[in-house]
Amino acid sequence: MEQEKHVVHDHYDAEASKIGMWLFIFTELLLFGVLFVIYAVYRYLNHDAFHLAAEELDTFIGAVNTIILLISSMTIAMATTALQKKNKMLTIVLAGITLVLGFVFLVNKYFEWGAKFDHGIFPGSVHLTEALSQGEILFFGLYFIMTGLHALHIIIGLVLIAVVMWKVHKGKVHAERAALLENSGLYWHLVDIIWIFLFPLFYLIH
Amino acid sequence: MENEKHHIVPYRVYILVLIGLLALTFLSIAITEIELGSLSVAGALVFASVKSYFVLKYFMHLKYDKPYIVTMVLFVFAIFVVTIIVTFLDYLFR
Repeated sequence: MEQEKHVVHDHYDAEASKIGMWLFIFTELLLFGVLFVIYAVYRYLNHDAFHLAAEELDTFIGAVNTIILLISSMTIAMATTALQKKNKMLTIVLAGITLVLGFVFLVNKYFEWGAKFDHGIFPGSVHLTEALSQGEILFFGLYFIMTGLHALHIIIGLVLIAVVMWKVHKGKVHAERAALLENSGLYWHLVDIIWIFLFPLFYLIH
Repeated sequence: MENEKHHIVPYRVYILVLIGLLALTFLSIAITEIELGSLSVAGALVFASVKSYFVLKYFMHLKYDKPYIVTMVLFVFAIFVVTIIVTFLDYLFR
């Protein structure tokens, strides 16, 4: 009964929410898109240096993070199915798995960046500016900016998913009002797609 | 009234898509291990594009959405492609 009252009072429009989310995703795609263009141009201009610098990156840890993100993308998509099937508990469990996987991704990233820092590779470091060539400096600059911006998106996505889990638990997000979960899912998949391109460009090509 | 606004996607579909995505990931790792020179860049990008196609189509529900959302997505990708082409026309013919 209470839910019916809500529907009368609130303006809930799932389709409009979805369009809004997609428009936001477009701005995100273009934000990262331009960074990819910058990467492409500098790679074209500093071909050998990019090859050399990419050797520094650990393909294994990159692959593990790719797998983690792909699985988490599946679980958040499944959470929507569970919600539509009115299985509240499973929705929370699936979103929770996504949350944990996203956190593991960040932990991996922490160790990966930590290893770089230990080797004296971080923006503005003495080793970077004095021992490495112009092209390698560009490579690591782009590496830190792009994976850093991506990690920031992961953090935002995790906050969103945590909020959704709370609202599902409270019954504010349910089968008839699933937009918040669906849109958080869309955001998470966007983060996944960006990583799908970051992984080969930084870790695989050398 | 659109009461059944949402097509409920079965769990099975998501599991199959994940298996496909993981297979493509391992394939792309394997293919870049081989020294193919500039081809390996192209190869890796083709694999990434196929993977994001599956993510967009199934995980992001474009397969089940109304066609105008797909049109908007294609439009944004077209803008991106044009940006790349124009940028490289500049750099290649300086």
